[in-house]
Amino acid sequence: MNVVIDISYLISSIFFILGIKELSSPKTARRGNLYAAIGMLIAIVVTLLDKHVLTYEWIIIGIIIGSGIGAIMALKVKMTGMPQMVGMLNGFGGGASTLVALSEYYKLNPNIPINTGIAIVLSLLIGGVTFTGSMIAFAKLQGLISGKVIKYPGQHIINLILLLFILAAGTYVVIYPTLVSVTIAITIVSLVLGVLLILPIGGADMPVAISLLNSYSGLAGSTTGFVLGNSELIIAGALVGASGIILTNIMCKGMNRSLMNVLLGGWASAGTSGGDASSTTSLKGDVKSVDAEEAAMIFDSASSVIIVPGYGMAVAQAQHAVRDLMNALEKKNIKVRFAIHPVAGRMPGHMNVLLAEANVPYDKLYALDDINDDFSNTDIALIIGANDVVNPAARHDQNSPIFGMPILNVDYAKTVIINKRSLNVGYAGIDNELFFGTNSLMYFGDAKDAISKLTSEIKNL
Amino acid sequence: MDINFLMLIYIFVLAIFVGFELITKVPPTLHTPLMSGSNAISGITIVGALLSAGMQQFTISTILGVVAVIFAMINVVGGFLVTDRMLKMFKKK
Repeated sequence: MNVVIDISYLISSIFFILGIKELSSPKTARRGNLYAAIGMLIAIVVTLLDKHVLTYEWIIIGIIIGSGIGAIMALKVKMTGMPQMVGMLNGFGGGASTLVALSEYYKLNPNIPINTGIAIVLSLLIGGVTFTGSMIAFAKLQGLISGKVIKYPGQHIINLILLLFILAAGTYVVIYPTLVSVTIAITIVSLVLGVLLILPIGGADMPVAISLLNSYSGLAGSTTGFVLGNSELIIAGALVGASGIILTNIMCKGMNRSLMNVLLGGWASAGTSGGDASSTTSLKGDVKSVDAEEAAMIFDSASSVIIVPGYGMAVAQAQHAVRDLMNALEKKNIKVRFAIHPVAGRMPGHMNVLLAEANVPYDKLYALDDINDDFSNTDIALIIGANDVVNPAARHDQNSPIFGMPILNVDYAKTVIINKRSLNVGYAGIDNELFFGTNSLMYFGDAKDAISKLTSEIKNL
Repeated sequence: MDINFLMLIYIFVLAIFVGFELITKVPPTLHTPLMSGSNAISGITIVGALLSAGMQQFTISTILGVVAVIFAMINVVGGFLVTDRMLKMFKKK
């Protein structure tokens, strides 16, 4: 029987690997997700047959409650709310790891082998940080607490002390496992640490935070695998851990910042102090603005358009209006493409999901490297709710806090039309010289209203 | 450190390499579904939760296990369903 169970776990692991493999193309991705779900079903069924599982009443209750909540969340959530949803799901994975580690501790105490003890402490640490960190990320994205960078004196020292406490107390528990209070203290301090680590991180840095928490939720699964001596948990956790690390890396590169810099909230402070010294002086110029009718006329004489969506499109829920605009332009034989910056929005791939929801075909969506050379032979670059990722200062102004960040070269297009509610600064807290460019036109207004108006004007021409 | 534990570390390290190879091939357009889908996979902690919740005697371990089952199932069901919802929308022209 044991052999059957072990082989089944292996088969389940293979389903996970094949599932992720199929995610390499949008054509096969849905099947891949199904493979992974089958792998999970196999793992659950096989575990229920394990000889250690003797009573089923509580398991059934737990499965019904958990599945019910999960299903309701998954079916109700709006596509614009996806970052919060992913943030919260990360948290539940981490929370489950903490609970399993605690449960194992109570079950085995005081006969805990050193290996298992180490794994339990790591599970408590990673699982706890993932749980509360993700809940804070959720609260920030949902607007329950301020999405701004939060700073307080001594925050890094406090975090360091908490981490050192966990390591010291953890070592103690591994050697003398009997003291329950120490284990509880490790759990509580880990939960506090999760809050303190994510609380300072600002809204536009959330793609990094969410990716990192994604990685942690996987590692938490792996540590649970070490606690139980189960290789499938280790494999599945490692796959997710690797995925999160890769995404974290892509996000950091997209902002030209190190992971440490993001976690310590360094950019925003550079923005406020460096901003008044260098950037503002150079940015005194005329801003030209257009209304819907004038903008429509410019579009009417264009033959190619690149649309650059940003977080502003998500906030205004303007993705459907943008799709209508695309259709209206294509009817006039104007070529429309979309340029997606890696950190546009609040999580990796955020814009792609919103545009997919609005039925924009994914082959019209281009990553930064694939489209950046095309702006120079494009008639109009239309920017909808993006700011820092199109700021030319990143290319040439060495004093700018965003210097060196890869940007979309929208200013190389013949005409740049920027839809924005105001001239306000973006997340980095700096003015955008693009708005003052000779080929730039501001088109003020809420993205949804403004784009809808533009579309009807274009149709009327 | 016993052989068995060492084997688990082997498996962990090799699986990370497999993960890196697979995930670098996922296009940016699918990064959100990748996150939510991999998230659901990290709900594999359900295995540990079931083992804890299904013990014969009802102890504090069982209570923790049952809560862990709830958490892990939210993660699993929510993750796979929401990923499917998203992937359904990705269409070519």
